[in-house]
Amino acid sequence: MDMHLSSNNGPAVESNEAELHSAGPVRERLVVVGNGMAGMKTVEELLAKAPGRFDITVFGAEPHPNYNRIMLSPVLAGEKTFDQIVLNSREWYDANGITLLTGEPVEGIDREAKMVVSQSGRVVPYDRLLIATGSMPFIIPVPGSTLPGVIGFRDLADVDAMLAAAAKGGRAVVIGGGLLGLEAANGLRVKGMEVTVIHLMPTLMERQLDPSAGMLLQRELESRGIEVLTGADTAEIVGNNQEGDERVGAVRLKDGRELPADIVVMAVGIRPNMALGKAAGLDCGRGIRVDDQMRTSDPSIYAVGECVEHRGLTYGLVAPLFEMAKVLAHDLAGGEGGAYAGSVTSTKLKVTGVDVFSAGDFSGGEGTEDIVFRDAARGVYKRLVLKGNRLLGAVLYGDTKDGAWYFSLLKDGADVSTERDGMIFGQGFGGGDAGDPNAAIAALPDSAEICGCNGVCKGTIVKAITEKGLTSLDEVKAHTKASASCGGCAGTVERLLAVTLGDGFTAAPKVKPMCKCTHHTHDQVRAAIVDRGLKTMAEVFQAMEWTTPDGCASCRPALNYYLLCAWPGEYRDDYQSRYINERAHANIQKDGTYSVVPRMWGGLTSAAELRAIADVVDKFAIPTVKVTGGQRIDLFGVKKEDLPAVWADLNAAGMVSGHAYAKGLRTVKTCVGSEWCRFGTQDSTGLGVKLERLTWGTWTPHKVKLAVSGCPRNCAEATIKDLGVVCIDSGYELHVGGNGGLHVRACDLMVRVATEEEVLEYTGAFMQLYREEARYLERTAPWVERVGLDHIKAALVEDPERRRALNARFLFSQTFSQDDPWAERAAKGVDRHEFNLLAEVG
Amino acid sequence: MENAVSEPTISEAVWTQVGSIDDIPVLGSRVVRTPGGDIALFRTAADEVFALEDACPHKQGPLSQGIVHGRRVTCPLHNWVIELATGEAVAPDEGRTGHVPVRVEGRSVAIALAEAKLSRGGCRKACGHV
Repeated sequence: MDMHLSSNNGPAVESNEAELHSAGPVRERLVVVGNGMAGMKTVEELLAKAPGRFDITVFGAEPHPNYNRIMLSPVLAGEKTFDQIVLNSREWYDANGITLLTGEPVEGIDREAKMVVSQSGRVVPYDRLLIATGSMPFIIPVPGSTLPGVIGFRDLADVDAMLAAAAKGGRAVVIGGGLLGLEAANGLRVKGMEVTVIHLMPTLMERQLDPSAGMLLQRELESRGIEVLTGADTAEIVGNNQEGDERVGAVRLKDGRELPADIVVMAVGIRPNMALGKAAGLDCGRGIRVDDQMRTSDPSIYAVGECVEHRGLTYGLVAPLFEMAKVLAHDLAGGEGGAYAGSVTSTKLKVTGVDVFSAGDFSGGEGTEDIVFRDAARGVYKRLVLKGNRLLGAVLYGDTKDGAWYFSLLKDGADVSTERDGMIFGQGFGGGDAGDPNAAIAALPDSAEICGCNGVCKGTIVKAITEKGLTSLDEVKAHTKASASCGGCAGTVERLLAVTLGDGFTAAPKVKPMCKCTHHTHDQVRAAIVDRGLKTMAEVFQAMEWTTPDGCASCRPALNYYLLCAWPGEYRDDYQSRYINERAHANIQKDGTYSVVPRMWGGLTSAAELRAIADVVDKFAIPTVKVTGGQRIDLFGVKKEDLPAVWADLNAAGMVSGHAYAKGLRTVKTCVGSEWCRFGTQDSTGLGVKLERLTWGTWTPHKVKLAVSGCPRNCAEATIKDLGVVCIDSGYELHVGGNGGLHVRACDLMVRVATEEEVLEYTGAFMQLYREEARYLERTAPWVERVGLDHIKAALVEDPERRRALNARFLFSQTFSQDDPWAERAAKGVDRHEFNLLAEVG
Repeated sequence: MENAVSEPTISEAVWTQVGSIDDIPVLGSRVVRTPGGDIALFRTAADEVFALEDACPHKQGPLSQGIVHGRRVTCPLHNWVIELATGEAVAPDEGRTGHVPVRVEGRSVAIALAEAKLSRGGCRKACGHV
C-alpha cells in the first residue's frame, strides 16, 4: 500500500484535505467506501443518532447517487423508473454535509498513514474507515464467458445493457434459476425477448423454496412464455462468428444442446467484493472478517454488508445489511453494548403476479414437523416447519399475505402452541375470518370456477343447490357435474353446500382415502391424473392437496405406477418411489440378501441355460437353488453387491430377468400340450411362450401370473391364475381373476375363442383393462370381484372396438418396457450406486 | 457452506469422511461398511443427511433398502417406519435403532463412528442436525 501511495502522482494530501473539508470544529473523519445500501444505511442511522459527530466522505464506484438495488428488477420490467428507486439524492448529501464522490472507485488503503486513495488519484485521510463494497456477480469461468453480451445482474449498468438488448428483441439466456436470475428472466420476457432459464439444480430457487413450491413457480413462469431447463449445466458460451464484431451467439450445454442467445445473463450467485480489504492486509475469509461490532482486524476499519463474513456466514439479502448497519451506527455514535448476532432471513420474489415467500430453515431436522396446506383451485401451497412449539421455517406460494406474520413468529422464537392448529390458514384464522375456508368460499365471486374438469362455476352450483333443493355432494354431482370426474373439488363443493345451506347440510361419510397424505381415494387420484393431465408426482401432490411434502411409502409407489400407466414413454419412472425389489431387480430375503430368478419362457429351458446357472451357483457360492411354482429356478442368498455380476453371467448365456420381484408379469406356466402329450388338444407350450413374449416387462397394479393348459385336465392349473388359457378341441377358453394365494379363487370363464391371435388380443386387452382400472396392489381376483365379471365382459367381449383399443394401448406401452433391466445394470452401469457401498471404513 | 454445522461436542479427529452428498440419491440411501456393522446414510428431499445402523429394531431389516419420505424411512421387510433423526420407530411400533452423528460440509459427508457407540439406543443430541 505504501508503494501504491508513493507512486501516486496526484495532488498532495494537504491540498485535498483543504479542498474537501470546510473549516469548522475538528471532527473525526469517517470515510465510507461504497455508496450502496449497507454503507448509506449506516450513515443514515449514524446521522439520526449523532448528527454532526463525523466529517463524512463517501466514495461510490457507480456514477449515481445511492439507489435501492433490490428494486432493479422492477426497473428492468419497466414497472419503476430509476428516479423512483433513488434513496438519497445529491441534495440530501449536501444538506447533511457529506462529501459524495461518485464514479470514483477506491484503489487502496494505507493503514499506517490512515488514508485511502481513489482511482483518479485522490487521497483522503480518515480516522475511521467503513468498507461497504458489496458483492460482485459470480461469472462461471466457462469458455466464452468474457464475450461482449455476457453480463451479470448487479447494478444499473447491467440493467441498461439488458434494456438495450431487449429493445432489439431476440433471444436471452439466463444462467441461474435463483432469485436474481428469475427476476432478470421475467423482466426480459416482459420487454419482449424470448427467454430461456438454465438451472443446474432439479428445481428453481432451491435455496429458498422446497421442490413443491419450485415446481409451481416453474409452471407459472412457463405459462408466461419463459422456457425453463432444470438440471442443465453450461459447458460453453459460443461466439457469433462475426469478424470484428465478436459477441455472444449461443450457450452450449454439457448434454450438447445449443441455445441461440443475443444476450446471456449470468445470475448464478454473488461473491463478496473484498479485494480492497484483502489488499490492505485485513483478515479475510469468504469475505472481510468482522466481529459482532462490525470491526475488521484493524480497529479503525469497519465493514458492513455483502462484503463481510460474520461468524462464518456471508449474506446477500437486504435485511441483514440493515441490521449490521444499525449495530455499527450505534457503536460509531458512541453507544455501547450493541452487537450483531447474525440474521434470520426471508425472501420474496419480485415478479409481479407471482407470490413467493420463504423464511428460516425449512429443511427441517431432528424432531421437526411439517404442516402442509394445498389449495389446488387457487394454486396455493403453504408449508410450515415447526420444532416443538416454535416455528422454524415457512414456504408460501400463491398466498403470501401471512409471510410477515410467520416471519415475526419465527424471528421472535414465539411459542405457537395456541395458534398451531389453525396457523397454516393465516393470522386471521383464530378470529374466524380471513383464513376460514368457508368464509373464503363465501367470498368467491359467482364466476369462480370450482370444478376444473367440467368447468362448473360457483354460481351454477349455488343456483342448483337453492333452486333444486340439493343437500348432498352426490346430488350436486348429478345435477351440475361438479366433482363428477376427478373429485378434486369435492371438498370445495361440500363447503359450498355448507355455506349455502347453513345447518341444513351434513357432510357425507368419508370414503377411505389412498393414504394419510390425502383425503382422496385411489380412484379419484387416478381420474385426476388422466382427466387433468397431471404428469409428475409433484403436480399430483399439488392438484390433489397432499398434506405431506413428498408423500409416504404407501402413496409414492402407487402414484409412480399410476403415472407410468397413464403416460407411457412420457413419465419418467421415479426410482426412489419403488419398493426395494423393483429397485434392485431381485427379491430381498429376511437376511438382507437377494434371490435371482432368470426368465424361462413358458417354463422351457436348455442344457446351455442350466449349465450357465450351475456355473453361476459355483462362482458366487450361492447357497440355495430351488425350482419355483412358476416353472423356473430361483437362486437364493446372493449378496447385493454381486447382483450385477451374476446377471452379467446369466445374460451371457442368453437369459434375462424373470421379474420375479415385480408388480408385473411373473410367469406363464404351461403343460407340454399337443407336442408330446397324448391328450393335448393344442400347442400349449408354444402359446405360453407367445403370451410371455407379449406380456413380459409390463408394470401392473400387482403381480400377474398366466398359464396355458393343453386340455381340460388343466395340468398347468390355469383356472387359479390371473388369466388362464385352457385349450379345447375347438379352440381356447379364457379364464380370468383366479388366485391360488391366501384366498383361493377359481377363475371366471370370460370367453371361448377359436384362434391363437384372438387369445393374444384378449390377453393384451385384459392386461390393459387391469392396468387402467385396478387400484395399486389390487390383484385381479379382488378386482374382478369388485367390478364384476359383467363389467369385464362388457369391455372385452361385447365391445370388440374397445378390446382392440385396449390391446393397442397395451402394445404401445410395451414398447417402452421390454428392455431387460438386468442387462442395463450389468453391462450399461445403470443405477451403479444401488449395488456399491458408499464407503468402507475402519 | 449453508450446510456447514459446527459441532462443539465432537472433536475433529472423530469425523470420518465417507463421500459426497451427491453420491446418495435424493430420497435414497447408501451403505457404509464398518467393522461394527453396516451404517445406512439417507438423503432427504431437502438435502439433509442422516445415518442409522442399517438394521430395523423389529427384525433387523436393512433400512438402507427402504423408501425415504419426509424425514422417515419405511423398512422394506415389514413396513415399520423409522425416524431418520433419532432412529426411533414411529408409533404404534416401539423400538430404536443406533444413530450416528453426521456432518455435511460443502458437499462432503462425514460420520462420527466413535460417537455412534455412545448413541446406540438413541441419539443423545450428538447429531449435527440441530
